[in-house]
Amino acid sequence: MIDAALIWSYLTQGSLIWLTATILAFVAGDWCFRRTGRAPWANPVMLAILIIGALLLGTGTPYTTYFEGAQFVHFLLGPATVCLALPLYLNLGHVRRAALPMIAALLAGSATAVVSALAIAWAMGVRGGVLASLAPKSATAPVAIGISQQLGGEPTLTAALVLLTGIIGAIAVTPMLNALGLTDWRARGFATGVAAHGVGTARALQVNETAGAFAGIGMALNAVLTGILAPLVLHLFQ
Amino acid sequence: MPPLLAAILTIFLFQLGGEVLTRFAHLPIPGPVIGMVAMAAGFVLSPRLLALVRPVAQTLLGHLSLLFVPAGVGIVSQIDVIRQQGVALILALVVSTLLAIAVGAVVFELVARATGNPPPEGAERRK
Repeated sequence: MIDAALIWSYLTQGSLIWLTATILAFVAGDWCFRRTGRAPWANPVMLAILIIGALLLGTGTPYTTYFEGAQFVHFLLGPATVCLALPLYLNLGHVRRAALPMIAALLAGSATAVVSALAIAWAMGVRGGVLASLAPKSATAPVAIGISQQLGGEPTLTAALVLLTGIIGAIAVTPMLNALGLTDWRARGFATGVAAHGVGTARALQVNETAGAFAGIGMALNAVLTGILAPLVLHLFQ
Repeated sequence: MPPLLAAILTIFLFQLGGEVLTRFAHLPIPGPVIGMVAMAAGFVLSPRLLALVRPVAQTLLGHLSLLFVPAGVGIVSQIDVIRQQGVALILALVVSTLLAIAVGAVVFELVARATGNPPPEGAERRK
């Protein structure tokens, strides 16, 4: 079937097929996520990445070819970051009422995330661009990718590290904070948003509405703070 | 101008403004983050801006996780890094994420208690 082979090679060079595959894989991932009752380990983004990754390796398609199509989706990360102004604005009332605990928890949580991650990786021999890719991993993905680029990191590695951070946080947060005996939903949600961005926020929303709102604020505030902290802390390790 | 186009144009302009500012002032913060802060300030100042941008922002944020897929797939081009430094990276992620959540939540509760800031009505504690 020379025709089919020709059509296939023509399609795999174009944007349309990889753009379609990206959305199809995400829809499939999202279906699995719903079927498991939204279990944190069945994260739809992770499943979509596994599907497309297997497809690229299986067909021998280089990532750059894939990205030529998928960049149209990727581009929207910037405008989406700007739009995070909306949840930030809608929660300003919460921010005003609990300003002091929030500022303290934001500084402590954000600094702990960056310093401990870099210290552990550095102690285990990680250096250079890989260390720079790790520094912003607690910020929400569009922001973390932007920071990583500015620091000389590898944006694709950062994207994977950010995603894993969110999944780890979402799986661990409830059992861990229960064990610590923390009962204030504001504290639980806020700390989750700061350390585990959107994936953690989605998890907090499932558990408690107040926790979800505070997680959203934590994520937005840490997007700003990580931009300032990550370069400073990274400098200490270089 | 049709509202949809006006909203998209506004969002792009805030991002563009952020990108220009961060380049000119050599700020370490990504341009879109500056655009986000500026737009939140804009919402406080102008209810019209909020009404204009809100529907598009909600749509975009409702599909936020899809937007991570293209960058995330790039992990296939990082297989060498994973093979050599994967253990260190995973350990750093697990420990730092758990530590950051615990420290953040404990500090929040301590400061809330010290400043006499209990959870508001209707936001009851976990039983």
